[in-house]
Amino acid sequence: MSTIVLDEKVERVSLKQGAGGRAMRRLIQEVFLRGFEQASPAPGIGLGAMDDGAAIRVGDRWLVLTTDSHVVHPIFFPGGDIGRLAVSGTVNDLAMMGATEVLGLTCAAILEEGFPRTDLERIQESMRLTCLEAEASVVTGDTKVMGRGEIDGIVLNTAGVALTDRVVPDAGLRPGDRLLVTGTIGDHGFAILSARHGLELEGELASDVAPINGLIRAALSAWPGGVVAMKDPTRGGLSSALHEMAEKSGVGILLEESAVPVTEAVRAAAELTGIDPIHVANEGKAVLGVAPEAVESVLETLRSHPLGRDAAVVGRCLAERVGNVILDTGFGRRLLAEPEGEPLPRIC
Amino acid sequence: MSATTLPVVLTESLRQVRFRDPDLARRLSASIARVTDEIGRSPVSVMHVCGSHEQAIAKFGLRATFPKKLNVIMGPGCPVCITDLPEVDEGVVLARQGVVIATYGDMVKVRGTVQSLADAQEEGADVRVVYSAAQAVELARQTPKPVVFFATGFETTAVATAAVVRGPVPENFSVLSAHKYIPPVMEIVAEMPETRVEGFLAAGHAATITGWGIFESFVARHGIPVVVAGFEPLDILAGLAKLLELVRDATPRVVNMFPRCVTREGNRRAQEELWSVFRPVGGRWRGIAHVPNGNLRLREEWAHLDARRRFPIDLTSLWDYGPPNLVASCICGDIMSGIASPSDCTLFGKECVPDNPVGACMVSSEGTCKIWHQYGGHPDLQVNG
Repeated sequence: MSTIVLDEKVERVSLKQGAGGRAMRRLIQEVFLRGFEQASPAPGIGLGAMDDGAAIRVGDRWLVLTTDSHVVHPIFFPGGDIGRLAVSGTVNDLAMMGATEVLGLTCAAILEEGFPRTDLERIQESMRLTCLEAEASVVTGDTKVMGRGEIDGIVLNTAGVALTDRVVPDAGLRPGDRLLVTGTIGDHGFAILSARHGLELEGELASDVAPINGLIRAALSAWPGGVVAMKDPTRGGLSSALHEMAEKSGVGILLEESAVPVTEAVRAAAELTGIDPIHVANEGKAVLGVAPEAVESVLETLRSHPLGRDAAVVGRCLAERVGNVILDTGFGRRLLAEPEGEPLPRIC
Repeated sequence: MSATTLPVVLTESLRQVRFRDPDLARRLSASIARVTDEIGRSPVSVMHVCGSHEQAIAKFGLRATFPKKLNVIMGPGCPVCITDLPEVDEGVVLARQGVVIATYGDMVKVRGTVQSLADAQEEGADVRVVYSAAQAVELARQTPKPVVFFATGFETTAVATAAVVRGPVPENFSVLSAHKYIPPVMEIVAEMPETRVEGFLAAGHAATITGWGIFESFVARHGIPVVVAGFEPLDILAGLAKLLELVRDATPRVVNMFPRCVTREGNRRAQEELWSVFRPVGGRWRGIAHVPNGNLRLREEWAHLDARRRFPIDLTSLWDYGPPNLVASCICGDIMSGIASPSDCTLFGKECVPDNPVGACMVSSEGTCKIWHQYGGHPDLQVNG
């Protein structure tokens, strides 16, 4: 029989530190922020803000810059693929800063030896079509190939730049502001779950992956200054996005569970798997903090856009319980705990 | 999207969701508050004995609607949590002896005296997670190695274990039973002076097997009412409202509030199968007490399938190693017997989290600590406006 040897504890990166929640924010703060927080552009938004992107003053406008790597498995899934995801992810991160007109995107592809060329072409075509939707284009790129087993199939990185007159941070919430979501919640994560585990719900569950810069542009112009904060609820879902916004803004949030729009298929899949859609990733949605007087106008504008048909007011900001999200279940109330990790790794 | 296009299983799942009516919930909550007032004591303590009840109470935030005078305690309702240290040790030792251990997922992470099955696995032991007893049998068919099904859970899962034991199984399959039986532990908890439980909410799914009649003798002995309740939020609220009425009126009896599934007699065939395979013996429930007739062990005629008789299990091989320090501060036992809450524990949410649990209550999805951690604890959530 073997004897028990207590392993010397070497701290290693865990999957949950890439899941978009508290653990990931801590890793970034402890490792990546060191030395870079001083280098933040002043005035502007830099790494220290841990927002969706950076904002650098250029003349009398803001240049917004962001980057995102994509490692989804499977690479083709109901409702999209890694190419559509790579374009949408970066376009949406720019839009979440208020920069909805994309100047250009970069695309870096890291491929595994033996990756089917037809798949690569299919992914490129998907990127091209998604760029058309977003009125963006890929203007430079990079390609690397690694040996078999050194990487799993394909990793896509995109970066993007865009100009805006007004930067919308994720930290702009004030007590009394309303919170809107631009559509149904949980679609992307459940589509991936279904594709991966053969839940046989593929026909019903489809990812929402889409570039939403056009939708956001409309919302921002509906009531000048009315949208005070934005975040896209990707990894960690609506829950992580709300927690981060509450914490950074110094407010509490009361979320009405029954007001959160969810498709019938997602609701059923959630009940079946026990995974709450509130914790599940979205790739074509945004959370908007809106001043009370602007709510009606912004909501109406969102709903008249094809990507915002199911938009809804889901909560409001409180002066108390700073950094917390209170969930009103319709039966009672509880604190919404921020999940430590995404229920599924490698979703985007 | 229309529901008519959904597969049958989804439609069924949606039916459950539609069962949830917030207006009715508000009326039941009001009734709970009124009856608690009418009882006129503080606190009024009632206990449920099921992790699924705690799940629903926490998930739907029901405690925020309970009056402050009402104390709804989670009793020993988490099968993983009450599995005793030596029972976990038996599994660990068998695994380290080269036997394939098949067990339910939560059991893998629960630490015994020094090691969990997960620790043994890291050192090379073969530990497999299964979702049913039948899957463990299937596993045995696919390997020449001895496979021991480390069987945990209450009467609900014991019935499933009994079914495979009675069926055809390959020669290399055996069972390490850590099954527990709920009715005897209610007797123990009812007499604990610290908890002063005035009523029990019994688990609907267990009662589908045992029938609600099994609680009649308990009520007669202790003068404490029992209400059998289901697991939807309305089931729980209605069950509590009924239970409090029985407390107020001092009319202890058994009331079945889950008649859509539970009968007085229960599932006779399942009971016969259960008792044909298992016999009740006394034994320790982790953190609670010695519970007479609380453990289920294989009967003599199934000795050939009993891992305890087939393999030498030498627990002394673990004796050289002391338990980790933090365990001394863990109050899982007090939490399970209803004396303390997770928020009373100095480790809760700090040293003890689901990814790195100290006590069993933080391991199992039915453990109070894990549930509270998952659903944001138990704060006072009165919000202005």
